[in-house]
Amino acid sequence: MAKVVFKVGDDVSTDIIYPGRFMATVLPTETPQFAFIDYPEFNAKVKEKEFPPQSIIVAGKNFGCGSSREQAASCLKGPDFVVVAKNFSRIFLQNAINLGLKMVICPNIEANEGDELEFTADQVINKTSGKSFAIVALPKARQVIIDAGGLIPFTRKLLLDTKGKH
Amino acid sequence: MGMTMVEKILAKATNQAAVKAGDVLEPRVDMAMSHENGALVINQFSEIYKDTGLDAKVWDPSKIAIIFDHRVPAESSKTASNQKKIRDFVAKQGIVRFHDIRGDSGGICHQILPEFGYVRPGNVVVGTDSHTTSHGALGAFSFGIGATEMAAVWALGRVLNVEVSGTIKVVCEGKFKRHVAPKDLILHLIGKLTAEGANFKVIEFHGSAIEQMSTSGRLVICNMTVEAGATSGIVPPDQETIRYLQEEAGVKDKLDIFGPDPDAVYDQVITINVSKLEPQIACPHTVDNVKPIKEVAGIKLNQIVIGSCTNGRLDDLAVAAKILKGKKVAHQTRMLIFPASTRIYLQALKKGYIATFMEAGAVVMNSGCGPCLGVHQGALADGDVALATTNRNFKGRMGNPNAEVYLCSPAVAAASAITGVITDPRKGGK
Repeated sequence: MAKVVFKVGDDVSTDIIYPGRFMATVLPTETPQFAFIDYPEFNAKVKEKEFPPQSIIVAGKNFGCGSSREQAASCLKGPDFVVVAKNFSRIFLQNAINLGLKMVICPNIEANEGDELEFTADQVINKTSGKSFAIVALPKARQVIIDAGGLIPFTRKLLLDTKGKH
Repeated sequence: MGMTMVEKILAKATNQAAVKAGDVLEPRVDMAMSHENGALVINQFSEIYKDTGLDAKVWDPSKIAIIFDHRVPAESSKTASNQKKIRDFVAKQGIVRFHDIRGDSGGICHQILPEFGYVRPGNVVVGTDSHTTSHGALGAFSFGIGATEMAAVWALGRVLNVEVSGTIKVVCEGKFKRHVAPKDLILHLIGKLTAEGANFKVIEFHGSAIEQMSTSGRLVICNMTVEAGATSGIVPPDQETIRYLQEEAGVKDKLDIFGPDPDAVYDQVITINVSKLEPQIACPHTVDNVKPIKEVAGIKLNQIVIGSCTNGRLDDLAVAAKILKGKKVAHQTRMLIFPASTRIYLQALKKGYIATFMEAGAVVMNSGCGPCLGVHQGALADGDVALATTNRNFKGRMGNPNAEVYLCSPAVAAASAITGVITDPRKGGK
């Protein structure tokens, strides 16, 4: 069980998650300082590392639309957030899977900041409101990458396996 | 069962007779493009090879292109260091399709790729930039990916676990009225589909209005399909594609001209009569907040921008120069123009457009992404309102979350620069 620490609406773009003006910063260890920087209160708490791992961000439709910048996923992966959204934009979803950021697709999610959520295999249970909401599985094509812990270990293994055959 | 454009391209890229939407494939990549974020790709690429004992060499240096455009020349020592890291990497790996900060071969990645003939019909193209959708204009399946995904492509030469997208067919008939452009068509379509309406889908363009459209216009519409969430836009290649690649890009080899099968299966078919289109404006702060110009005409503007991978080509500059010739940019309005490539800049110079812009009071900047994403030049002040031919108007996009950005065609931008308010080009000026 973990707490919802931030709630945002529909169509939250990568310019909101990680504004273009900080794109010269690329290291995953450095990107979290700029996460949602135009929301100063939330950003200050991220910088102060106030949120325990697996703290939850709840979002509406089309989370992560816009740019392909991977910093939008790495800045949330660093503090180990879980993002629960009604759905995700394609490139963000793939970047997040590649980096091992936990995402939950939950089209009917109702939750507010401060609510406690629990995840089962196919449901999000809002312990505060007592309601449950169905989870839509992540794209099955990507499950092998999730299982490998991200695209880097997955690709590394593929390369080593291929080399082994020669 | 017949195949769509993307199904045909992916069948070929995986040596199969047929594939269908939903299949999971690992297509060969013909072109892998990055810009300054290549610095992050390099980090991830090294990470893949870490402790493997394998030599970290890219799969095929001739199929990789890196173009500096987001911050040219470098605005900070951090960017300069990232650019240096890329220069060292391309030299070591033997990557020759590298476009550094130069006045004779530089520009925005989505202009350089078509202009230098790096994309052919039927190719699979990936780029670490969401507007990689642009190259569907040449009949390629071209889509944006993240830096880690690109690192895997550099290592393997294929994209892992690609699910074949379903396709939305958009049929555009009719003739554009004067001062109505491909930009108005794509803004109208995004408004109709919404920002997530084409998420995970490909948009395939058909109809007489597309057949008669130049490659430049096709690049505009494919470029912005991502604003409806699309994986890619695509135009079936035709005589115009051959003309562009041979005459403008200097391509000599044989080109593969093909269309979808007549019995291809589409998720949705949308028909648009472009004859009825009015100039369109995307209003703050989402690209799908699209209104006909009459609903927003008169809004006061602080900054006007013409350029970007969407609308910084020679025909865009020609439209703007014609409207601005002998006129002045309004008092208290700034106008910034950035040609999409140095080749276009030089052509505009020879045709006198640059002189026209400067005499009107516009500032002509070097080729690059410029103010579009707020990383480099032309940032907005609190409360500023901008009108731009760029592709995004998200909160904070032009460098300030307390400013507003409206999106439009080059004709609307030029007419509005003269008056200092959003102006219908069919009414303002001559």
